[in-house]
Amino acid sequence: MKRRWNYIAAVVLVLGLIGIGCFASRFLLYLTMRVMILSIFAMGYNIIFGRTGLLSFGHAAFYAAGAYGVALCTVHLNPHPLLAIAIGVVSAAILALIIGFFCVRHTEIYFAMLTLAFGMMVFSLLWNLRDITGGDDGISGIMRSALSFGFFRIPIAKDSQYFFMVLVLFVLSFVVIQRIYESPFGLVLAGIRENSVRSQFSGLSVKRYRLAAFVISGLFAGLAGSLSILLESNVTPFAAHWSHSADPVLVSLMGGIQTFSGPFVGSVIFVVLREVIERFTHNWMLWFGLILLAIILGFRGGIVGATQQYLSRFVK
Amino acid sequence: MFESLVHVCLAGLSAGMFIWLVASGLTLIFGVLRVLNFAHGSFYMLGAYLCYTLLRYMGVNFVLGVIVGPLGVCVVGFFIERYLLRQVYDLEIAYQLLLTFAIVLIFDELVKLIWGAGSIGSPTVPGLSGSVQIAGRNFPIYNLFIMGIGPLVALGLWAILEKTWWGRIIRASTSDREMAEAIGVRVPKLFTAVFIFGAWLSALGGALAVPYVGLLTTGMGETIIINAFVVVVIGGLGSLKGAFFGALFIGLLNSFGTRFIPTLDMFLTFILMGAVLLWRPQGFFAGADR
Repeated sequence: MKRRWNYIAAVVLVLGLIGIGCFASRFLLYLTMRVMILSIFAMGYNIIFGRTGLLSFGHAAFYAAGAYGVALCTVHLNPHPLLAIAIGVVSAAILALIIGFFCVRHTEIYFAMLTLAFGMMVFSLLWNLRDITGGDDGISGIMRSALSFGFFRIPIAKDSQYFFMVLVLFVLSFVVIQRIYESPFGLVLAGIRENSVRSQFSGLSVKRYRLAAFVISGLFAGLAGSLSILLESNVTPFAAHWSHSADPVLVSLMGGIQTFSGPFVGSVIFVVLREVIERFTHNWMLWFGLILLAIILGFRGGIVGATQQYLSRFVK
Repeated sequence: MFESLVHVCLAGLSAGMFIWLVASGLTLIFGVLRVLNFAHGSFYMLGAYLCYTLLRYMGVNFVLGVIVGPLGVCVVGFFIERYLLRQVYDLEIAYQLLLTFAIVLIFDELVKLIWGAGSIGSPTVPGLSGSVQIAGRNFPIYNLFIMGIGPLVALGLWAILEKTWWGRIIRASTSDREMAEAIGVRVPKLFTAVFIFGAWLSALGGALAVPYVGLLTTGMGETIIINAFVVVVIGGLGSLKGAFFGALFIGLLNSFGTRFIPTLDMFLTFILMGAVLLWRPQGFFAGADR
């Protein structure tokens, strides 16, 4: 019963997004793309955070790896967007593999500190290696060239065209992450979160599972970064700064870290709220901090968690 | 070459003193409360802005400003510990980190609202504003003054922790919270007191930094907290001795790094932090005592 409703909700969501792609104004298109990209970032991030129970402050590094990978590929190699995105995602995954290899030796606060250290290493490299990365200016002026497949080409230069590419990749990520959650692998991750010692007793290599979860979440962070640079056409080292790593944490928390749809709902609220608050004041981070406080002190299930609890009172 | 080396050293040491003041509070709070406080940089920033306001708009002299400004931050620290942090001690570590992170966001924006988003120039201190000749070059007297204050604070902290009744209680709670509670230490009160004291140390650093940095910006808290994190990790979480030497080391590393290998500016610091976490998570300077 519940399962069927979930399917219906997913279909309605996709139809709604297609509707937005066909009819919405440019501004709404842009916002919706931001929501989708942020939620790819957050959904992937939540594999390591909500599912495996590790707080990482270094995922902005993988986001930046994706973005810089696309930028460098477009400038120096080949402007084909799919190739560029593939390179962005792969470089993010490799970086996550290297960093994760070291980081999964620790948990809790030491894990958070280690990921912070590695993330800031990436940040300082991007900042200092001016010849390759453009230093503090970053890389700008990345154009979207058409997706060419030999015989035919799909133009994505316009926002209304690029929207559908983001949509396809968003739905793909959604489905893949959903499959991961329901797979034995995903259940093992939840087991590690609940009791890592017992998981080890039952013969699981906890470190390897943590590393796998870390790389997968880094991969999605890279995808989000790749899509974002094609949307914004520029990237600066601050994409890798630790304060940017906080974004997916906040988004997941807002939506609810123990729910699958939490990161997506959180992303919608994050982007929309930001737009609304910025209409009235420049200090939107202040309001955001207050909301975060309220969630941590009062609603740790997040919005989806709280709604589910509320609904379950009626459906019994 | 020799002159330049001396000056790079001096600059590194005086920068290290500020990091020490922030890191000392951070490590003290971690030792007792087991909370890694992201907002500690915000206390530094608030201390600086409050001191600046006192000096600039209320005509207070420098010594009074440095005493009164941080006291204001203590009040803020009290409310944060009593009404926010206390709610999350029993929760996962992620929530504690994120709570203090939310406080960082709030304070950054509040400071922007009150003092404006741009940088503000800070006044000079009469009596400490000149410079002296060291190794053939001018060196600001104020930096020498700071290099005296840092070790003084270290000495004071050492005396408090080792020689007083309060210090014994703090050390007892650091090494075994439950046991301390069992023999009658009022742990919640102690937590509040230690948090306020830590906030004061950081704010003192901020207030003293007003004439040193020249320009106050809302980013100053974030810059120092990252350095303080590195220091606390290198010195060993909870170790004051480690924080002191770690801060001097990071100060020197930063200043030598900027001078000789500018391309690896921040990179060295974080490499060091990562390496220590991996191979010696208990810290470099913390010996077998913990």
